[in-house]
Amino acid sequence: MYSYDHYDQAMVDARVAEFRDQTRRRIEGTLSEEKFRPLRLQNGLYLQLHAYMLRVAVPYGTLSSAQMKVLGDIADKYDRGYGHFTTRQNIQYNWIKLEDTPDILADLAKVEMHAIQTSGNCIRNISSDQYAGATPDEIIDPRPYAELLRQWSSFHPEFLALPRKFKICVIASDTDRAAMKLHDIGIQMVKNDAGEVGCAFYVGGGMGRTPFIAPQIKAFVPLDQLITYAEACLRVYNRYGRRDNKYKARIKILVHELGLDEYSRQVEEEFAHLLNQDIEPPLAELERIKAHFADPAFEQGLSDDLDLSNPKFARWVKANTAPHKVPGYTIATISLKPVGGIPGDASADQIRLMADLAKDYSFDELRVTHAQNIVLPHVKKADLFVLWEKLVAADLATANLNAITDIIACPGLDYCSLANARSIPVAQKISQRFTDNGKEETLGELKLKISGCINACGHHHAGHIGILGVDRKGTENYQLLLGGSEGADTSLGQITGPGFNEDGIVDAIDKVTDFYLAERQEGERFLDTYRRLGMAPFKEVIYG
Amino acid sequence: MKIITGNDLKSGAVTWWDGKGWSLSVNDAVEVADDAAAIIAGEEATRRVNGAYIIDAEKTDAGIRPAHIKERIRALGPTVRLDLSLDPSATPDRVL
Repeated sequence: MYSYDHYDQAMVDARVAEFRDQTRRRIEGTLSEEKFRPLRLQNGLYLQLHAYMLRVAVPYGTLSSAQMKVLGDIADKYDRGYGHFTTRQNIQYNWIKLEDTPDILADLAKVEMHAIQTSGNCIRNISSDQYAGATPDEIIDPRPYAELLRQWSSFHPEFLALPRKFKICVIASDTDRAAMKLHDIGIQMVKNDAGEVGCAFYVGGGMGRTPFIAPQIKAFVPLDQLITYAEACLRVYNRYGRRDNKYKARIKILVHELGLDEYSRQVEEEFAHLLNQDIEPPLAELERIKAHFADPAFEQGLSDDLDLSNPKFARWVKANTAPHKVPGYTIATISLKPVGGIPGDASADQIRLMADLAKDYSFDELRVTHAQNIVLPHVKKADLFVLWEKLVAADLATANLNAITDIIACPGLDYCSLANARSIPVAQKISQRFTDNGKEETLGELKLKISGCINACGHHHAGHIGILGVDRKGTENYQLLLGGSEGADTSLGQITGPGFNEDGIVDAIDKVTDFYLAERQEGERFLDTYRRLGMAPFKEVIYG
Repeated sequence: MKIITGNDLKSGAVTWWDGKGWSLSVNDAVEVADDAAAIIAGEEATRRVNGAYIIDAEKTDAGIRPAHIKERIRALGPTVRLDLSLDPSATPDRVL
């Protein structure tokens, strides 16, 4: 994985020193909150319901064991013993003290981490496929390109005050595991007819109060024009994106209002101009970055055989592992969704244990997924049973990847100052109900996502089943959506009708899943049955 | 009743105006009358509180109950981690 050079380290160290001084001035009173607020946000520090919240960047979700260990130590030393992994592949701490923050950032800098650009109207953490570099279905490892984009977008002077926040995703597989088309810019690494690798650009996707699926605006951008094209896309947005209304300020609104053709025309015009400005980093820099992502020293000729005589182990293997590109290895996902637990939360001890397991069994590497789980990307199959036993002992072996209990949930009203309703208790009730009634395994793949407000941090638009919490005259109310997807078949869920209270929404999901089980045809997922039958019969089942 | 809440500048902890200073317990909150704006301005100027504002609440047998669920969660802690509450009497029923 990427390792800082002296420029990277110097930039991050300088930022820590700068923020230490800004924090001192705020506490002493020479900086007002009005002036300090944008400065702390640029360093990932929010003020939430109970305390300050610090969001730490995990570039394209990739972590080393040493970095993961420090994340666990921070949870113990500065927070209340746990952290929350987010849908942006980052980690958040909920109980941070302002006066501790410079020390936390200094601890992070020692392991090449920071919280820069995890908030504010700038280019946020670049996200990617959690299976990158391990999966057999990618055409190339997308992480070097994500890293190149990270370096380009970090402190980019032109894009630090965009009309609104900006999210970029890079993948290299037709199996989209990163919700690529729901980003401001989605980039898919592709091959053209000549077999050359390049980038397909999708622009103007997003969730929030006005969800859009990003349309493709360019089928193939050569690798040596990647940054130039991205810069052109951003420049047109920066020039014409709305700054008068924050609800209409995202690039998706600009693309929608201008129309794809006109936006594309302007991007092409800017692109042609920029090609003469020689802004593309030299390919040598890309090669330097690529060298950091060379395969680890995989053993060759290993057997793919696994002893699956232990039924619980067999179930976990079936649910939580995925094929690896090298024989004898597998990709293992650690679910952070225990039955009745808080999605995405992990204790300091669990975080440190996962760091140790990565060191011992996965070439020192971990990934954070947008579904709030942790991946060990390179596990030898011969080690898998021992690994699983250690996960079981730490309550980290829930076998539910992509099942109805593998719920994405935002922090909701329990923590977030923007939320209108709580998300976590609803997730806990659904998890418990569908475990107790035994339907979880029977239902197969069913992605359920919960947001506590219209900002959609819980990706409710993209859930096969989505739940949106709203405030109805001071009371929590939950709207149900069906038919969303964040995969290669991206679609937006549709609201079924009137909302429910906390217990009512769980009952409604029980009803629609019973209906699916009764109606499904051979091989159909919940989403497939919904698409075949449409909304009407599901509504009938729910509302009678 | 009207009470004032905010967050402690250094720790970020939820605090309540008790008439003389800032308490971590909502039950210490006092009714504020027309002088609320002056209290907020003065306290923010001396950096004893951050982002203070006025909310509705009522006195009950169990203590002071903010009118809105968001403020009750601020007062008592996340409903899913009441083990982290500053108030040992916090229960989901009191929050909801």
